[in-house]
Amino acid sequence: MTMTQVKPQRPWKATPREITTSFGVVASAAAISYLLVLLTGLKGKIGFILSFIIIATILQVAVGVRKFGRKALGDNIAASLIYVGAALVFLPVFSILYMAVAKGAAGLHPSLFTETMFNASFLDPIDKGGLLHALVGTMYLIIIAMIISVPMGILTALYLTEIKGPAAGFIQFIVQAMSGVPSVVAGLFIFTSVILITPLKTSAATGALALAILMIPTVTRTSQEVLLLVPHDLREAGLALGATQWKTVATIVVPAARNGLITATILGIARIAGETAPLIFTIGGADKLNLNPFKDYQSALPFYVWKGLTLGTPESLQRAWTGILILLILVLTLFVAARTLGGKKMGK
Amino acid sequence: MYKIHPMTLLENKSAATPAPREITTKPRVSDKIFRGVVTSFGMSALVILTLIGGFLAVRGIQTFHSQGWSFLTSYKWDVTVDDAGVTTNHLGVGAMLIGTVLVSIVALVVGVPLSIAMALFLTFYAPARLKTILVSIVDLMAAFPSVLFGLWGFFVLMPMATYWAKLIFKYLSWIPIFNAPEPFFERSPFIAGLVLAIMIIPIVTSVSREVFAQTPLDRIQAAYALGATKWGMIKAVVFPFGSSGVVGGAMLGLGRAFGETVAVYTVLNIVFAPNWHVLFGSGGNIASLIILKWGEATGDETTALLAAGFILFVMTLVVNMFANFIVRQTLKSGK
Repeated sequence: MTMTQVKPQRPWKATPREITTSFGVVASAAAISYLLVLLTGLKGKIGFILSFIIIATILQVAVGVRKFGRKALGDNIAASLIYVGAALVFLPVFSILYMAVAKGAAGLHPSLFTETMFNASFLDPIDKGGLLHALVGTMYLIIIAMIISVPMGILTALYLTEIKGPAAGFIQFIVQAMSGVPSVVAGLFIFTSVILITPLKTSAATGALALAILMIPTVTRTSQEVLLLVPHDLREAGLALGATQWKTVATIVVPAARNGLITATILGIARIAGETAPLIFTIGGADKLNLNPFKDYQSALPFYVWKGLTLGTPESLQRAWTGILILLILVLTLFVAARTLGGKKMGK
Repeated sequence: MYKIHPMTLLENKSAATPAPREITTKPRVSDKIFRGVVTSFGMSALVILTLIGGFLAVRGIQTFHSQGWSFLTSYKWDVTVDDAGVTTNHLGVGAMLIGTVLVSIVALVVGVPLSIAMALFLTFYAPARLKTILVSIVDLMAAFPSVLFGLWGFFVLMPMATYWAKLIFKYLSWIPIFNAPEPFFERSPFIAGLVLAIMIIPIVTSVSREVFAQTPLDRIQAAYALGATKWGMIKAVVFPFGSSGVVGGAMLGLGRAFGETVAVYTVLNIVFAPNWHVLFGSGGNIASLIILKWGEATGDETTALLAAGFILFVMTLVVNMFANFIVRQTLKSGK
């Protein structure tokens, strides 16, 4: 008796014929719209893209209707609209990334990271001066904001997941409301409640306080999600071994969720690293290096970009683009770090 | 920890039955401290939110005393110092309120359909591997600094969008909202709204995606079993189930759009006059008013800006709370 190997069937997979048809549709739509742009009054990239979308939709629908009958009409139209909509979302993303790299890279040079703007003006060419002071400022802002908001965020998350007190539902609601506080309002609040009243004046610390307000909800919500993922068995095992709740949380739950909590912190930092509006009211914006986080005006990367942008000369705009590229690299690094950590298995 | 020596057990046998041990759930001291500390930190969000409201409200009341209701309705923002050195203020955020609403509506009209398309694509159309990458990109988009959106909006989008605005004006100016008193289309609410639309897409998409993903699988499969096409299934099952969640997501986006500062300030031409023509280059928004006037403001004007901040805070808070309520209701119903 011979054994016959049964090949797995994948009926949902596109057949070569289907693939050829869809390529044909796209190619012929591109060709027709190219001809339209060449021969008729339609002009430019927009004309091409619009006619391409319309023609591709019509062709796709025609193919579908020929194959499946009238029922496929609505389905095909909807599908192509959804594809077009998704593509339209990614268009600006790639454009933004491309512009930041293309325009920003022109101003990159080594002394950017070793010099400040103390002896240079924003109106000077880009090779004079640098953004060391802004980098230091951003570092201070991030560290202080982290020191304030990470314990607050994680403890709030612990309240919501471990203690589940009578106010948990309400606090959850408040945290969500807090995540919608406009950044400009956070800046104004710190200005009225700290800078105007307390001895702590405009400095990195006040800027960090404003940023902490924006960071707490992000840290709380991400930590909460992670803590909820910790299996309930682990908590029960801890309690069954006679540990108190404090011991269970400190030695079992939090270590199990450690990577996730770090991810929450990183996402929180990514949330605030690029904030500009609150800094306008709270850090003053210095042009020289300021190593004291509690005294005197401070600068930050977003503020540096903002200053370059508002001055509006070609040289200052070049500074803005370069600053934004460095800021974007910082945010991207944080983001990738959060993804890699978050993707790891829990408790490892 | 108690270690019971075997001998004690033997001895106990002969002794009288010991009194039953008291079983309580009385927390230890360490637990009491732990629960106390965590609970008090848990309340911090509430405290901060109340403080924000309180501090800004105190300033707001001062402005309402000096300006009255005209602070909300007047379109003027004038500070004049006469020869005797007496300062007179006519401060009103009316034009900025109109501008805020106008820009946000444009952002919603453009952003929400795109977000729904994106969410449907990610949930029902995209292959699994592509999906994870695309979700990351959408999340990354939310982390872009707003000043980057401002720069890009001004230098890249503006030239294109001005051309689109001219086209719309040419063919659709018979619709009142697309009319313009003068052919000046740069830095218009339309363009600011487009930038805002891109900025709110991540949040609206992720909320919609979350809601769509909660659609009960049995209903989806029932629709397919009855012979529905994918779109037929979405129309019959996903939309009725998820529509209120999408509304909530859109409102969260609206809250973001209300509060956006730097990008709007960069792109929009801030003018203290009411303007309902989206294509015309004149508008404003409360958040951008605050940073526009902050540098030069003193005394009462600063207080008025803080009052404007209070109005913005209340607006976003109301919209956000309502939105969260709706989203939560929808997510609950799926479970």
